[in-house]
Amino acid sequence: MDLLTFIILAILMVGSAVAVVLHPNPVYSALSLVVVMGLLAVYFLFLNAHVVGALQVIVYAGAVMVLFLFVIMLLNLQSDSRENQQSEMKTSAGILCAVLVGELTFLFGGGGGRLELQTSQQQLPAGFGTMQALSERLFTDFLLPFEITSVLLLVAAVGAVVLARRQA
Amino acid sequence: MDATTLLIDAVLVILVFAIVMQIAPLLLWIERKGSAVLQDRVGANRVSISDIPLFKGRLKKLPFNVGIVNTLIADPIKLFTKEDFIPPGADKLLHTLAPIVALVPALVAMMIVPIGDVIIIGGRTIELQAARLNVGILYILAMVSLGVYGIVLAGWASNNRWALLGGIRASAQMISYEIAMGLALIGVVLTYGTIDLQAINRAQGGLLLGALPNWGIFYQPLAFLIFLTAGIAESKRAPFDLPEAEPELISGYFTEYSGAKQSIFMLVDFLESLIVAALITTLFFGGWQVPFLERDGLHFPWGGFYPLPQILVAIIQVHAFLIKVIFFCWLQIMIRWTLPRFRYDQLMVLGWKILLPLALVNVMLTALILLIAQNLAS
Repeated sequence: MDLLTFIILAILMVGSAVAVVLHPNPVYSALSLVVVMGLLAVYFLFLNAHVVGALQVIVYAGAVMVLFLFVIMLLNLQSDSRENQQSEMKTSAGILCAVLVGELTFLFGGGGGRLELQTSQQQLPAGFGTMQALSERLFTDFLLPFEITSVLLLVAAVGAVVLARRQA
Repeated sequence: MDATTLLIDAVLVILVFAIVMQIAPLLLWIERKGSAVLQDRVGANRVSISDIPLFKGRLKKLPFNVGIVNTLIADPIKLFTKEDFIPPGADKLLHTLAPIVALVPALVAMMIVPIGDVIIIGGRTIELQAARLNVGILYILAMVSLGVYGIVLAGWASNNRWALLGGIRASAQMISYEIAMGLALIGVVLTYGTIDLQAINRAQGGLLLGALPNWGIFYQPLAFLIFLTAGIAESKRAPFDLPEAEPELISGYFTEYSGAKQSIFMLVDFLESLIVAALITTLFFGGWQVPFLERDGLHFPWGGFYPLPQILVAIIQVHAFLIKVIFFCWLQIMIRWTLPRFRYDQLMVLGWKILLPLALVNVMLTALILLIAQNLAS
């Protein structure tokens, strides 16, 4: 991934992410979040992680965000519902943002010299990012976390059904 | 990537695009005249070729009208010259953007479907597949799942209760049936051990038990039925057309659309059923495979061999693929005009309580049979 592509994508992505927070209309906020998810998938594609990129689109842009939009439309949230947000929240969010940016600048800017970005494609092993390579890692090295995650998701699904039944 | 590869890829993309854009109006014609035949009506018969000013008086008036000029020339011209109205109170940006958002995933999804085996020109072997992606089936699922945005946005941006209800119905329906669709695909992936569509297609060559073509339907019949049902539901066609149910919602999510934008939604409808047909062909009916036809000619099981030039083989394969695709498009249209619309609760019951468990059973059975077969082989 060359620097120019990175900069263009980064500007688009940060712009959309800021729009998620600042746009007065909840539907536009959700759509900006979809754009962020899509651009993240593009990042994965440029970094040769094709499967992760496709999954990013399927899971986040295709399923999670559709449900978000569904709920926003069902509740018919209006634009003015955001105007009574407290200004303290905005201030504290701004301070946290500044701290985060500072940390990242320190870490990557050579201040600590701890982290280095490795972006050269020569360092990739053969077959990197393909379905075969990903599944092999998933079902050998990361078998236990993988299974535990699936049980966790099952618990969440059962919990949702129980909660829905109780209220009905 | 050198210039020649780039040029070949561009030609392939344009070829697939042209094929898609030519089948879509054909489907419109099949839809209108086919439904007329089924319902014992005459169908589109207003304009005929002798009404075009260029031919006026030079051609004899035909005793019957097949409606080709009517559906393919007159009606599109009428649609595109109608007033493009954006209702007051609608969200102007999203109202304009929604048809485009709906159209793009439908157009790019076809690019991954292999339309033929290979074509050898000047020593260069060209795969007849516009986008050769490692992620294969995942790409199709990603595009299908993005298709819902155009519908939902159209419903919301119209500032109309019926349109909004249509959009909400569409999103719930598409998310529900995506699950059954994905699980049906897992059965196919297990059988062939790959998610690459071209590899799945190649594996379907040859003969099964010496007589049948070696197609996926014989290995995954249940997955085929689930995929067909979920596919029709994903493309929002009757009996699953609740997002646009006319008696309840006027026209659902595109109630407030007119002219060219409305016809884009119609086009997206046809493109989606085209994608479903292309996927069914590729996964379950051998795609471009023709029985007995291999790269160098016809191989008959009784020992006959009839050599054919490679370019002719490629042309036959592409046309076999197209004929199969058009057949499954026709089948979907016939289903549309045969079955009445589901009630909303029936739709949800079918998706979650029938198709999803069936798809899970199919995955389990396939895995079990594969395991037994592996153990027997070793």
